[in-house]
Amino acid sequence: MRDTTIDPDRRRSPLAAAAGELGRGFALIGESPVGVVGLALVLFWVAVAVLAPVIAPYPPNAQYLPFAPPGSAHPDGGLFWLGADHLGRDVLSRIIWGARTVLIFAPLATGAAFVVGVGLGLVAGYQRGWIDDLLSRIGDLILSFPVLVLYVVVITTFGASAINIVIAVTFASAPGIMRIVRGLTLDLRNRDYVAAAQTRGESAWFIMVREILPNARGPMIVDACLRLGYVIITIGVLGFLGLGLPPPDPDWGGMINETRGMALYAPHMSVFPCLAISSLVLGFNLLADGVREVAMRE
Amino acid sequence: MTHPPDTPAPPARARDPVPGGAAGDAAAVPVLEIDRLAVTFDSRAGPVPAVVDVSLTVAAGESVALVGESGCGKSTVAMAVMRHLGRSGRIAGGTVRFKGRDLTALSAAELRAVRGREIAMVYQEPFAALNPGLTVATQLAEVPMVHEGLDTAAAIARARDMLCLVRVADPDRVLGAYPHQLSGGQQQRVVIAMALLSRPALLLCDEPTTALDVTVEAGIVALIGEIKRTLGTSVLFISHNLGLVREVADRVCVMYAGAVVEDGPVADVFADRVHPYTRGLFDCIPTPGTDKRARPLSAIPGRLPLPQERPAGCAFAPRCRHALPGRCDAGAVALAPRRGRPDHAVRCARADEPLTPDGASAAREAAPADQGEVVLTIDGMRKYYPVHDRSLLGLVGRRGVRWVKANESLSFVAHRRQTVAIVGESGCGKSTVAKVLMGLETATDGRVAFRGDELARRPVRKRTPDQLGALQMVFQNPTDTLNPSVSVGAQIRRVITKLGLVRDPAVAERRMFELLDLVKLPRGFARRKPRQLSGGQKQRVGIARAFAGTPSLVVADEPLSALDVSVQAAVTQLLIELQRSRDTTLLFISHDLMLVRYLADHIIVMYLGRIMEQGPVATLFDPPYHPYTEALLSAVPIADAGIGKRRILLEGVLPSALDPPAGCPFASRCPRKLSSICDTTPPPVQRVSERHTITCHIPLDELSRVGPVFYPLGGAPQPEAAD
Repeated sequence: MRDTTIDPDRRRSPLAAAAGELGRGFALIGESPVGVVGLALVLFWVAVAVLAPVIAPYPPNAQYLPFAPPGSAHPDGGLFWLGADHLGRDVLSRIIWGARTVLIFAPLATGAAFVVGVGLGLVAGYQRGWIDDLLSRIGDLILSFPVLVLYVVVITTFGASAINIVIAVTFASAPGIMRIVRGLTLDLRNRDYVAAAQTRGESAWFIMVREILPNARGPMIVDACLRLGYVIITIGVLGFLGLGLPPPDPDWGGMINETRGMALYAPHMSVFPCLAISSLVLGFNLLADGVREVAMRE
Repeated sequence: MTHPPDTPAPPARARDPVPGGAAGDAAAVPVLEIDRLAVTFDSRAGPVPAVVDVSLTVAAGESVALVGESGCGKSTVAMAVMRHLGRSGRIAGGTVRFKGRDLTALSAAELRAVRGREIAMVYQEPFAALNPGLTVATQLAEVPMVHEGLDTAAAIARARDMLCLVRVADPDRVLGAYPHQLSGGQQQRVVIAMALLSRPALLLCDEPTTALDVTVEAGIVALIGEIKRTLGTSVLFISHNLGLVREVADRVCVMYAGAVVEDGPVADVFADRVHPYTRGLFDCIPTPGTDKRARPLSAIPGRLPLPQERPAGCAFAPRCRHALPGRCDAGAVALAPRRGRPDHAVRCARADEPLTPDGASAAREAAPADQGEVVLTIDGMRKYYPVHDRSLLGLVGRRGVRWVKANESLSFVAHRRQTVAIVGESGCGKSTVAKVLMGLETATDGRVAFRGDELARRPVRKRTPDQLGALQMVFQNPTDTLNPSVSVGAQIRRVITKLGLVRDPAVAERRMFELLDLVKLPRGFARRKPRQLSGGQKQRVGIARAFAGTPSLVVADEPLSALDVSVQAAVTQLLIELQRSRDTTLLFISHDLMLVRYLADHIIVMYLGRIMEQGPVATLFDPPYHPYTEALLSAVPIADAGIGKRRILLEGVLPSALDPPAGCPFASRCPRKLSSICDTTPPPVQRVSERHTITCHIPLDELSRVGPVFYPLGGAPQPEAAD
């Protein structure tokens, strides 16, 4: 059963409404210094990823001068700003292109986890009863496994590929999201406006999606920002364990993995990808702090 | 306990304004002297002047009330006295003197010696004021241990004495209890005991009874009066309830927009109020003398200005019927004593002019609408909630399910165009009736016949659009009644389209605007989100939503209890108008007997899930009363200085609905309890008249011999309810 009658207000211009909401969000974040720093870090990496073909000095997989230290001259003129790795590939170019990988797959995986987690959480929290018991126990079961073991199990079973990373992250994160959304739903379902919707004969779907979900968005946005950070780390870890994207395409975690044996001899090869991961994760965490701060104030 | 009729007016002692009298007396130094206090909060958007000009004096042993609506700055005054304004608040001007010492100049260490020891505070939410993790004994004993260095045993002994003083029924049990194990009234008594432990000279009470039921409130109010008399403690009582002020205070200061607008002895101000705002406030509250047909409530137009946008000159001028341009908006108006009345000061440019009386604007309406056909019949309706024993013992012992008896054999009818009110204290099951009616819950047993349809066991999902539209509800909490994410217009439109009244979006849009007109909101509000509306405006949208489907019955569950009195009056009038123009039946659920008396045609008094008494409004407020109705009436604070009342204080606590008494549910607290028959046998339904029944063992003629609870004071004849 699907509710097709959408509020005319939204039907008119969902895009404009969303844009307005987003603009308001940015304006609000401006009130939190921490949030501004976080947003700046995130936007920096987004810009890097988008502009990769323009700003990357060399092709990411081209091999020039192995183990070139940072600042050394490039055979074709110019510099290896951050040096070259053991195969002679420019570290800076690989970090720039690697930002694309991370900024595509991290939001994709988080988004998938949210779709599943939010859906299940809404149903469990609103319908209660046996369905809630069942979903919650399954969630507890998944959450009781160490996350890393889960990832390894999923990826070794299905093989290392981009889609399987998304599946693994969804599988491991959805129960946590479901818990949060279920808790919020349990609170919101007792509000008078939900009772008002029930007394005018709205379907359960309408109440969950239109009456409850929009009012749970504050804590969900905070959680999404934090979770994005974790997922970036996860993707890094998977790359490090050799379960990430297949080589030779640049992947921050993979870059660290490939070069870790030589870290003492040529630290620049692994230190810079590490810094890239840390700064992006830090950006999302600070953004989450900022969102929380602003949301508390409202 | 029934006391003989006495004069409830506060004792006119305390403050003697005769010049030259009592010179050099210790009492001449007032306990608290606030002089032109101004408090400003620094916010992101600039300074917010919450309090601009407050002067008041509390003499030793005197009780002064600070009244006003929410946002007028009355609690900020209390916080300023405690110098507890947080990081953003500061005293921007004026002085606060406590026993002659300027509190604004004290250091943090000196302040600590005063706070809690010489000035103690009682808060609105007793549960929030007590630490849930410590026993009452630990929390109480801490006070003398810290302030006087007593050892634990002596401190606990002192705590026990204090609990006896505040009339806690079982002090030893309470000492060992955690706050959640006590009822709200007991908690507030513990908070008061804690405040009194250091024998403070001044007790600040910030709305101490707002969170409590009316019969519990009556007990707390009596206690505060007793403390003042026996201990000589001065009291600064902050409240929005004028009736309560009349019962506890010697003097009253009325605040509006951060300033005191009228200050004088309670007897003077209540009998001869001068400031148009004070007069407006009194016209907003129903008293035993008001009647919706003879003297409708009149709301104060407009709304309280935000601190940043107060007008120049008199802050009340934009809302005042008597404001004169050039005079009232010319410059700041000072608080000045009235001519020949040095003790009664008013902040009004026209204070000494005779102003035309307010209110009574609407002409007297015709007799109440005739009884239409029966719309709703509830017969023997019961609602039990199961409580599963989930403990291991419960599972092993197979004790199974126990039942909370929320509603027990309710029977009543509602006619077309009639307002039926259900009154009772929290936990009496009145909201459960609404839930069953609306289909949010289903009845356990009995019949609910609505326009010929049987709805008792038909949940809302199984009702037809016609049934849904005919039965709508106005909710209690304005912040909760509207979806915060959806615009006001879209929420109203959704009801119109969902109930299948209109398919065409353009027509729905027009209907939505008409509904906004109907509840007297500007059409521009359609685009607003609920957060941009005030509480009263949100309630209006809630009413528009309920009337969107041309309902035959509207259930209103305490729709006014969260609103300020001036807003309450306006929303009440709106409900009455809509009900009349739409021929709707209104089922009004409330705890406020005076409001119900004003609004309703038929009143149902509930206690512990059962109907104790029901009858037409004209006869319910006169004997014979059910003893519970009598106690409930007596607990209501009355603001009308022309009316006296008999006091009955109820003892004991509400029995648990999980384990109700076998006989009369009220027997455990009934001051007129006969004998063991009340405990063992359910009382019979006695018929006073065709529509008036009392469920009690006491014979009717004995109940009829009881005097009325309310009686006129000073011989002035009081208009009785029409019809």
